[in-house]
Order: sequence, then structure tokens, then C-alpha cells
Amino acid sequence: MTAAAMTIAPAAAEPLLRVRDLKVGFSTGSGTLLAVRGIDLDVSRGGVLGIVGESGSGKSLSMLAALGLQARNAVVSGSVHFDSQQLVGRQRKHMRSLLGSRIGMIFQDPLSSLNPVMTVGDQIREVLFLHDRRLTGKGATARVLDLLELVAIPQADRRINQYPHEFSGGMRQRVMIAMAIANDPELLVADEPTTALDVTVQAQIMRMLRELKEKLGLALILITHDLGVVAGHADRVAVVYAGQVVEEAEVHDLFADPRHPYTRGLIASIPKLTATGSKLYSIPGAPPRLGAYPEGCAFHPRCIHAQDICRTTAPPTMAFGGHRSACHFADRLPPWDRGNEAERQGQNG
Amino acid sequence: MAMAIIRPKTMRRRLPSWVSPSFVIGGAVVLFWLFATLFPHWLSAFSPLDLAGRRLQPPSPDHLLGTDALGRDVFARTVYGARQSLPIAVLVVISAVLIGTAAGAIAGYRGGFVGAAIMRLVDITLSFPAILLAMAVAASLGPGLGNAAIAMVVVWWPIYARLVRAQVLEVREREHVEAAVAAGASDFRILTKHILPLCWTPVLISATMDLGQVILLGASLSFIGLGARPPTPEWGAMISDGTVYFYNWWIAFGAGMAILTIVLGFNFIGDGLRDYFDPRSSK
Repeated sequence: MTAAAMTIAPAAAEPLLRVRDLKVGFSTGSGTLLAVRGIDLDVSRGGVLGIVGESGSGKSLSMLAALGLQARNAVVSGSVHFDSQQLVGRQRKHMRSLLGSRIGMIFQDPLSSLNPVMTVGDQIREVLFLHDRRLTGKGATARVLDLLELVAIPQADRRINQYPHEFSGGMRQRVMIAMAIANDPELLVADEPTTALDVTVQAQIMRMLRELKEKLGLALILITHDLGVVAGHADRVAVVYAGQVVEEAEVHDLFADPRHPYTRGLIASIPKLTATGSKLYSIPGAPPRLGAYPEGCAFHPRCIHAQDICRTTAPPTMAFGGHRSACHFADRLPPWDRGNEAERQGQNG
Repeated sequence: MAMAIIRPKTMRRRLPSWVSPSFVIGGAVVLFWLFATLFPHWLSAFSPLDLAGRRLQPPSPDHLLGTDALGRDVFARTVYGARQSLPIAVLVVISAVLIGTAAGAIAGYRGGFVGAAIMRLVDITLSFPAILLAMAVAASLGPGLGNAAIAMVVVWWPIYARLVRAQVLEVREREHVEAAVAAGASDFRILTKHILPLCWTPVLISATMDLGQVILLGASLSFIGLGARPPTPEWGAMISDGTVYFYNWWIAFGAGMAILTIVLGFNFIGDGLRDYFDPRSSK
């Protein structure tokens, strides 16, 4: 069932979440600074979309803004349709009925995402009560225990009365997940769910997210800077650079044949266990500052394939089936070879 | 195998550091005055209004602090004075905390025009010396302890409004608040459940210290005749009486000591609470 769903191209069915030309800016004294500059994304029902990018690329911000959770001084435009309902421009009052019920959210830092002065049980109960006024206290407690069991927290009946500080990082993230899935959401947005955790705990959490996805049939958006996580858990991947999606593809296609120099650089930067003694590769230069994007292609100052056209003209998005890339030379890049890529870029950078 | 959750039993050989000598002394003094408020008749054989002896007697075993110009026992009046000052101070501080918290929370969470308006009102109120504004309000309402209490609330709430606003501004940016928004919680719920419970520490410390300050302010208003009316045994009024009989020092002595000790006591407790809640800030 899920295997079939995974192979359906996103255009075949109406996506659960459809983001078009999403822009997020911050008004400052000297005009509006755009941090997200027109992002298009689709998430199919039951699918897993990985959003990859460097810190500050706008990957978290775009998803927060899509759900109406942006900072107060942010200006959002474009369209976000969740199950055919437009979300951009909706009043917060109307967003509330969706958030926490049909859309769940997990945050990066489980240490600070729980209210330190409320017991864990009360916090999960709160999410339940917020969206079901007819719930009884007893019914809620039973549901909380079910949820804690679902996220594999041992001794749930005892843990329910404990405060967040009595939980380890991994356990707290489980609690966050329990809160996010409390009302059987259709979409779960996980914003760097494992960044603050130990590597071993990361694996547990990711495995649990995948199991929950299968069990509850929810769609998952995985925001991360960890290509390994994306490779292991996403169906489709969107690579974000300087507030734009530079490449989007099925996860296998993306790693087998990246069509954007930035994606290639990212993949080449993953340390390899076999290449002992060789220098660790990194993309030369630094991402542009907010609002100070280079003319033409935002990536051109760091790109080894850059030509004159890249400095003057913003690249169009080229599509190869379900594989989209925003590069002037997406169809003319040299054949992909991970080992050579590092070498080639190393020589030029 | 089920994991056992082990609660470490902290063995306290020594007292925790926030239980300092000053905290103990402050606590003892405040407890004494609390006792005097509840059971003044156990401490003093005389009633504060009895004409118990000859006028202007110096302290003696019969009258521990002597008698005043009408022959009333000064010790009895001092002890019964706690019944005036302490409950009113508590009431004033609680009212000021409630009003100030509501105003500060709205100003901090909503911001915008409403927030700015509230904070300018706070600034205006705080720009007057407390005693002057309290005098003006009390004088316009007419003398009496009730009106003095209202005047003190008017003077005091802006302090808490500022304090709470600053806390709310900080706490509202924390991630668990964002998580609550993402869970679909309403603004009111976020404010009352996820922000304000984390703002109480400085309010509690400040309120404890302010209890002493409010007693002082109340006594000041009574001293200048805007608070308690005679013959009510009130500390400020007693000191005021004492100024007329300057060389009969004992008339004002009890009330003076009472104010001194209770203000110090609340300050010591406040210090101890601060050390307890925020150990980093001490020293």
C-alpha cells in the first residue's frame, strides 16, 4: 500500500500540501529583506518530503511560514494549499483548528520545546483537549497512555506525572512526537527532529517516525541539513539554497544523478569512511547574506561551472520527468561521479 | 526487564546556601509580626484603646514601652498596629501584582498600540515620586486607611507591569511557546499556561520586598494624616503622635522599631528567595 503510494508521481493526485511561489520577507528600516524567494513544493498524502539546505537557507522558515508560524515581523506571500484550503493570509484563529489536529509539528530542540512547569501528561492532554471539547478527563488520560506507548516510552503510567526535566533528550523528543500525533494528523512537519540528539538516539527517533508514518498513514515533511537522514527516510527531496528550491527529485534520482552544482557539492562534502587521509571537501565560499543575493543565479560565486549567463540571468527551472533543477546547465553538467566531483571542485576551489 | 526509575535521595548534611542567617532572622521577625497580627491579645495584656495608666509614663515593667499622651499602653498599640499595617500591605501588594501582571502581560504579549499605551501610562505613573502621587491620590479620596490602600495600589501596579512585561517579552520567544502555537492553542491559553507560569519568580521576589516598602509607605501616609484616623493604633500615626512629645521618646519608639524590623525582615526574605530561585545572581 505505502510502497505503491511512494511511486506515484506527485502530479498524479491532488497533493496534500501544495506550496506555490511562497515568499517570506522581513520588513526592516531599509525595505523588505526576502529570506524565502518563491518556493514551490508538493507533499503527497502518505509521502515523505525531505527539505535540505544549509543553516539560514530558509528551509525551516518557509515551512513555518506556510503554517502561519512565522515571526511577527515577517511578511508572507504566495499560496499554500492544505487539502485545497488556502493557508496564507488566514487568521490565526482559523489556523488553530488545523494546527495540532490535522497538522502536527515537531521542533528541533526537545529540551526547550516542552513547557518546563507542566507535567508531560498535562501537556499531551492539553493538545487533546484543544481539539476535542467533549473529551473527558479519564478518556484523555487513557489516550495519553496509548500515545506514550506508541512512542515507546516505558512506564508510561508513571512518566505521565513527571516534568520535562526528568526526561532525557531522546525521551523528550518522543514526548514531542506524541504531542504532534495526538490528534491523528494527516501531515507531520519535523523541523530538524534529530539535530539536538545523540547519534544513536537519532537513529531510534528516525526509525520511530518512519514506523508511525506507516502505521498512521501520515505525510511527513523532514526539514534537515543531514543528507544521510534524507537519503534514508525521504521519498522526494527538495534542496534549498538562498531561499529558493534549486533542485527537487525522487530521493534515488537526486543521489544517483544530481542535476545542480550545489547538490553535487553537498553530496561531495559528506565525509567518506573509505577515503582516509584525503582532505575533507567543502563548497568554497559562504552562503549569501540575507537580502544580499548575487545577481543571476544565487549560487554562481561558489559554482565551478559558472559562466557569464549565470552572473546576469536567474536560471529557469528545468524539468526532467519528476526531476527539477534550477541551473542554466542542468542538462549539460558533466556526468556525475562522486569521487571525481570532490577532486574537480577541489582543484578549482 | 522494566527499567527502574531511580530518584536520587539528596542527603542534606548542610543547610542549602540560600538559608542564610539573614533569611532566618527575616523569617523570624516576619513570623513574629504575623503572630502579633493574629493573636495580639496574647502578647499584650492591655487593649490598644484602654486608658491603661497615667499619661506619658516612661517604660516600666507594667508598661513595657511606657504610655502615650492619653495614658494608652504604647506596647499594646505597637502590637495591635500590626493588625492595621500587615493585612493592608498584603492586600495592596496582591492587588498591585494582579493589576500589574494583567497589564504587563497584555503589553508584552500583544505589543502594538495597546501595549504602547499601557507602558506610557506606566512611565507616567512611575515618573512621580511614589509618596507624592500616593499623597495626591489619598488626599483627593479623603483620609482613611481604605483610601490610602487604593492610593498605594495606584502607585505600585506599574512596577509589576514593567517587571511582567519584560519577562513576557523574553518567555514568549521560547520554543515551547512556539510549540504551543503549533499545537493550536489560543492566545489566552498560551499566555496563562505557557508564559505567565514562567514569569513568577521575579514577581514573587519583588512582591516580598515590596511588602516592607508598602508598610513604610502606608505608615508615611498615616504619619501625615492621610491614612489611619485616630484613635486607630497605626504605626505611622503613632510616630506622628510622638513628634509632639519629642522628649517622651518611647511614644514613637515601638512603632519605629516595628516598621524598621518588618521592612528589614521582608527584605531579608526577599534576598533569600532570590538566592533560592536564581543562585547565579547572588554575589
